[in-house]
Amino acid sequence: MSNFFSKAEVTSSGRPVLLRNEVECHLLSAVDLEPEDHRHFSLLKSGLLILTTHRLIWLPSSSASTPTSASAIPLAAISHIFSSKKSLKSVFHSPRIRFQVLVSSDGRVFDPGSESGSSSGSGSRSVVVTAVIRGKGDCDGFLVKFWDSWRARSWEATETSDSGSASASGSGAATGTGGGLYSSDGSVRMVGVAGILRKEQEMWESTDKSLQDAFQDLNALMSKAKEMVMLAEKMRQKLLSGTSSQTSGTNDEDMGSKEEMQDWLLSVGIISPVTKESAGALYHQQLSRQLADFVRIPLERAGGMINLIDAYCLFNRARGTELISPDDMLQACSLWEKFDVPVMLRKFDSGVMVIQNKSHSDEEVFARIKSLVTKPEALLTGISPTDAAMTLGIAPAMAKEHLLTAEIKGLLCRDISPDGFRFYINLFPEIDPCNMYFVKNYGICSTWIKAVSTTG
Amino acid sequence: MQKLGDFKLPHFFNYPPYFTLQPVRETREKQIQLWKELILDYCRTQKIFVIRLEEEFPLFSNSVIERTLSHEAREAFLSALVAEGRAEWLDKGRRNCLILWHRIQEWADIIVNFVKDNGFEDSVMTVEEIRSGIESRGTELQGIDRTILVRALKLLEHKGKLAIFKGTSTDDEGVKFSV
Repeated sequence: MSNFFSKAEVTSSGRPVLLRNEVECHLLSAVDLEPEDHRHFSLLKSGLLILTTHRLIWLPSSSASTPTSASAIPLAAISHIFSSKKSLKSVFHSPRIRFQVLVSSDGRVFDPGSESGSSSGSGSRSVVVTAVIRGKGDCDGFLVKFWDSWRARSWEATETSDSGSASASGSGAATGTGGGLYSSDGSVRMVGVAGILRKEQEMWESTDKSLQDAFQDLNALMSKAKEMVMLAEKMRQKLLSGTSSQTSGTNDEDMGSKEEMQDWLLSVGIISPVTKESAGALYHQQLSRQLADFVRIPLERAGGMINLIDAYCLFNRARGTELISPDDMLQACSLWEKFDVPVMLRKFDSGVMVIQNKSHSDEEVFARIKSLVTKPEALLTGISPTDAAMTLGIAPAMAKEHLLTAEIKGLLCRDISPDGFRFYINLFPEIDPCNMYFVKNYGICSTWIKAVSTTG
Repeated sequence: MQKLGDFKLPHFFNYPPYFTLQPVRETREKQIQLWKELILDYCRTQKIFVIRLEEEFPLFSNSVIERTLSHEAREAFLSALVAEGRAEWLDKGRRNCLILWHRIQEWADIIVNFVKDNGFEDSVMTVEEIRSGIESRGTELQGIDRTILVRALKLLEHKGKLAIFKGTSTDDEGVKFSV
């Protein structure tokens, strides 16, 4: 049986890949999607139903025995949403949401993205789809949000905004060729000092109106935030093109602050944070997946291991609003065990908690530490956490944890002195207390003695 | 090879971690073992009977690598010797430690041999004579710590090998052997 619905893309952690400007609004669990025509099309059973500004996305639950891929219905294809009828029967059934979907000639959901134009090849036929909600989610709340998103028609805004900006710049450039304050199309001309003042005035007025709009309605604020992110993205592009065109005569300071700028902009990345409101009881699950996605890049930059606290700060900073508590963070990380994500939470003996790649190998790190600590100079003076940090390419605090773990394993010994905290290769196992003055002429002990005697 | 006076030091004496009390159990046990042997060796050859923690002790510092054992480390190593019966704390505050590089029983045996070698089986001597008399020169008993000597003598008295009595002069005790 073929799939009635369109295919939806999913990340490696099982999170849906959102379209440009698409924002998540609500979530329901354990939902069946039944197209009216059961005979030709398979129904989707017991999945996660996510409502966004552009689509209805259905994700299979991880416990599903047959792997069904994620599906979606563009809101643009929906022609009608039925209101819920409260009858005596509905008290005993699972709640249902029914809506009408336009279908194309092959009987599947009409996908406005794949076909050009609005009416060519679109279905005059429509089919009723029923969503049966078997989970404990807030069905009425979802229905309300469903109506709102459908009526808002955010997917059309994307198309018009591109053409809209073109027309705006068109009218601005049309300064009249004749004299006088008014140009040929009736708009006020900007000439002379009066023109400048008027321009300023208009700018202030529009800014003022913009601010008012933003603050009146929190929903509108959300869309302004999206503009801010777009602005940040534009600035980032400018920075990128700026640095590449610079010649070698760049000031070091300039480069430093430009890097800072880039880093800051990169952290303002997530447009649609998973919130307690839109996910309800599944909050931690979705948060957990989003965190796994997010933490990939900082992990790479930190060399494969990052302090939990640092990750927490970065994540919250990227979310901007709807900050999560440390407890939420911990829970989200602990849930990773249940999913198939490439990251894991790890607690060192010292109590320090870190996030590391599942592929991270302790043995490999120890091998590198061992080769570092048996170099002639290190045999003499040992290594500090900073030395290890530079060799391993990770933060000094993380390097110290590795050194401490190596010490516990008996690979290293510590040396505490006014010079600081240093580590040496462990020679103690090589020394025989019954024969203290004897040294084998092979092995690490003799290497150490040779290294020591060349300087002494 | 490095020396402390005329005492030959082992190579690991210049290994800086040797002077830091190791936290990892296995490593620490080895470290303690090495220090115990070294302390006993040093005290035996230098005829040192008491270590006072608050004073400088040449073995506990290494000027070449600029390291010194912390008070905690010294106490740890000496306590290990005490636990093994090779040392005793002289005070509750653990500031002074009596080093028994020969156990009391061993000293007792040495005294018995000394008596036999010199034919003192039925003689009388003062305690002081045992440790600084002509006969004791060149033997292990020369310069033996008084406390240890008296303890060894008491052990032998308990076994009936001798009797200790107060001498005629107020400052010394005498010993009558019956070995």
